[in-house]
Amino acid sequence: MISLAQRNLLHDKVRLTVTLTGIVFAVVLIVIELGLYVGFTQTTSCLIDHSGADLWVTSKHVPYLELGTPFNARKLYQVKVVPGVADAEKFINSWTRWNRLDGAQETVQVVGFNPDAGLGGPWNVVEGSIRDLKTPDGVMVDKVYKKKLGVSRVGEVFEINGHRARVVGFTRGIRAFTTDPYVFTSFRHAQDYAPLRDDQTTYILVKTEPGANVNEVRRNILARVKDVDVLTSAEFSRTTQRYWTLTTGAGIAILLAAVLGLIVGFVVVAQTIYATTMDHLKEFGTLKAMGAPNSYVYKVILIQATVGAVIGYTLGMIISGFVIRFAQPAGAPILMNGWMAISIFLLTLFMCAGAALVSINRVTKLDPAMVFKG
Amino acid sequence: MKAAIIVRDVTKTYAEGGASVRALRGVDLEVHSGEIVMLVGPSGSGKTTLLSIMGCILQASSGSIRIAGQEVGHLRENELPRVRLNHIGFVFQGFNLFPTLTAGENIELMLDLKGIRGPQARKRAYELLERVGLADKFDVVPANLSGGQKQRVAIARALAGDPKIILADEPTAALDSHAGRTIMEMMRDLAHERGRAVLIVTHDPRVLEFADRTIRIEDGMIDESAPELAVPVELLVQNKAQGVHNWLQ
Repeated sequence: MISLAQRNLLHDKVRLTVTLTGIVFAVVLIVIELGLYVGFTQTTSCLIDHSGADLWVTSKHVPYLELGTPFNARKLYQVKVVPGVADAEKFINSWTRWNRLDGAQETVQVVGFNPDAGLGGPWNVVEGSIRDLKTPDGVMVDKVYKKKLGVSRVGEVFEINGHRARVVGFTRGIRAFTTDPYVFTSFRHAQDYAPLRDDQTTYILVKTEPGANVNEVRRNILARVKDVDVLTSAEFSRTTQRYWTLTTGAGIAILLAAVLGLIVGFVVVAQTIYATTMDHLKEFGTLKAMGAPNSYVYKVILIQATVGAVIGYTLGMIISGFVIRFAQPAGAPILMNGWMAISIFLLTLFMCAGAALVSINRVTKLDPAMVFKG
Repeated sequence: MKAAIIVRDVTKTYAEGGASVRALRGVDLEVHSGEIVMLVGPSGSGKTTLLSIMGCILQASSGSIRIAGQEVGHLRENELPRVRLNHIGFVFQGFNLFPTLTAGENIELMLDLKGIRGPQARKRAYELLERVGLADKFDVVPANLSGGQKQRVAIARALAGDPKIILADEPTAALDSHAGRTIMEMMRDLAHERGRAVLIVTHDPRVLEFADRTIRIEDGMIDESAPELAVPVELLVQNKAQGVHNWLQ
């Protein structure tokens, strides 16, 4: 059975090439669309996910990270004394203007945090260090935005919202989904860049004590600090992701493209596997006349589809790897990880098996008496 | 001799557009183990329909069909493959070998259906090819075999299931006279020496000399005026094919 399935698939090299091209095309399409969607979704909440905080204290009804409204920074001291709180730090995320040396302006998101504590700071620092942000006017940007911000090296001086800013380091791979680059700096400098009054902050990040019940700490903060919301990092991350992916429609567009990729891939694969089955229709008729039950014929077709899926998936993933690699420097956040690779493999198997079902339906209706028709 | 196939009052009606076409009209027929029976008749007479029903490929509209003692007329469609697999071997006009498989693998595929696999299947396939004189073609694909060789592989495949009944549809139509004769000698040996019931549908007058009985069918009915057709001996001896053909007509 396996031998027949393999030979049917491998015998006609042109047909095999067409079939595999269809599957590879579908796999690459799905990987890129799905990778873009996941990359996009994770980018929207990357500051929260990498903050290291367990809880976020915000002003009331903040829909997503970028829309945090300032509140009295003295609440920090109220939070710090809540049982179960190991550390609490002020945090700013605000849009402002970056003046390039050539006079052009760019909108950026200034991110202010306490460099001594590290909560809410940058990650993947490839040049300079977080400590350097404690120096006067020290800022850190991502390498991917060097061109956009007109930055070429550490030490260059720019202006943010009329205040001096000196580049002290670079990160790699911290993209802002809004395309407005993140500029990391100390909380104190961020207040100038935002601008924000000295007694204000947009968030308080909380690290709970080891073993503390996060929900209980949250309840305690809400009981002691007035006019704030307290969210776990996971909740705030989900809220932010949901806002950007669903409310703005941007995520829906990418998700639809991913679904469309899946449908197009399915149609391409169904068509090629159907054509392969049609090429061997008389043989399937002979098999049935010889006494093979329908289940035997189905297995042959499903094995053909599975072998095609495995080969197509492998080639598709190799090609996708190259595409992702070349897309990274261009600023396209295509994400690929282990569970996505496994999911896409299962999806490819499902797609090929589903496509085979279309062929099976045709073979089921096959009249074995066709074998007597010359 | 024991009857391997008994057909009683079998009819078959096809729906064609709004009308119905009666392909078989009350056919009675028996084929016994150890005999070779030829089924002849003009095109559209119902030969292939009868062969398909006897081969459990097609279901009759009415009547009784017994295969190796088992009534199969009332079996459900999904039960028929098992009857075909256990009792019937087919030989087709167009050989119907699997082009992507070698001669040996074509036979192994039939054995696979019977649940015989691995070295045992390979050994059995080799023996069957040896029996039809093609042991040296075990690893050759059908495209590289002559017509006669392909039909011999097809016979070996049909025998792989060890069936008691062989049904052949125009087995010599695509072959030259020498290859056709070789095939018919094999068919005759299967009937006479190995006790198989062999039914051959044919238009080819050259093969009639191998028949123990020749049955003529016309307009979906067995021609009772010539139930056991005897071909004039002098035509067979002289192998005047056209003469036999004219005589049949």
